[in-house]
Amino acid sequence: MIPLSWYLVFSAALFSIGLFGVLTRRNLIAILLGVELMLNAVNVNLVAFWRYGDVHNIAGQAFTIIVFAVAAAEVSVGLALVISVYRKRNTIIADEIDILKW
Amino acid sequence: MTVDQIIFLIAAAATLFAAFSVVTTGNLIRAAFWLIGALFGVAVIFAILHASFLAVMQVVVYVGAIAILFIFAVMLTRKDMRDQGAQLNRNWKFGAFLSALVFAGLFFLLRGWGGVSKTAAAFPSDFDAVAALGGALVSPDAYVLPFEVASVLLVAALVGAVYVAYNHK
Repeated sequence: MIPLSWYLVFSAALFSIGLFGVLTRRNLIAILLGVELMLNAVNVNLVAFWRYGDVHNIAGQAFTIIVFAVAAAEVSVGLALVISVYRKRNTIIADEIDILKW
Repeated sequence: MTVDQIIFLIAAAATLFAAFSVVTTGNLIRAAFWLIGALFGVAVIFAILHASFLAVMQVVVYVGAIAILFIFAVMLTRKDMRDQGAQLNRNWKFGAFLSALVFAGLFFLLRGWGGVSKTAAAFPSDFDAVAALGGALVSPDAYVLPFEVASVLLVAALVGAVYVAYNHK
């Protein structure tokens, strides 16, 4: 049997990789890719705790479904913003979108 | 090592490798395809955890919708695909340090927690997780309110995305 710690360490590693992407990539779409990895790490945690706790308490799976919906909403709005910014300023490099920075 | 453990290790290693490629590859189309690989790996993990419905939803929603949306966005902004200059910003060492710190912090937090080496009880054979999940999502005693709020959120995101990306000219 697989101990719970394997899932938790795997999900911590996935979360850290996603965090690295969010903090360091210059491209807006690449930053959103990092956010997706972080959300997936959270989902692995939720499902692992569902499986290793009482399986009749379905809360872990229900909240994973909610996270799916939130991820879909986040990606659609985020990519719409990226496309809108690209149309107006002709760039998707995060450092160059500095109109609010003085 | 049991078969379970070997499958888990292969899936986890493939997922982490794909995730690492997502954040380091310069070509964004390739990064999006690596993301598809990482999402499939997570779907395998869900299948190992007996969350069959979530494994299918992972493939349908994430791979089928979200990853394709990313590929469309990359293609619509394709002038910047071959990025000028570095892929990572100038604070990337600090970012790497910070994410390593988060991982180390989580790792030591887990080492100090007693329940971490727990193994799962055998999955009850008479328990239908899909039916239980479907019931819970529409039952007023369980999660019907979060479910409806998620629907409202999706409608708001739909309208908002169309409005933001619309060409106002």
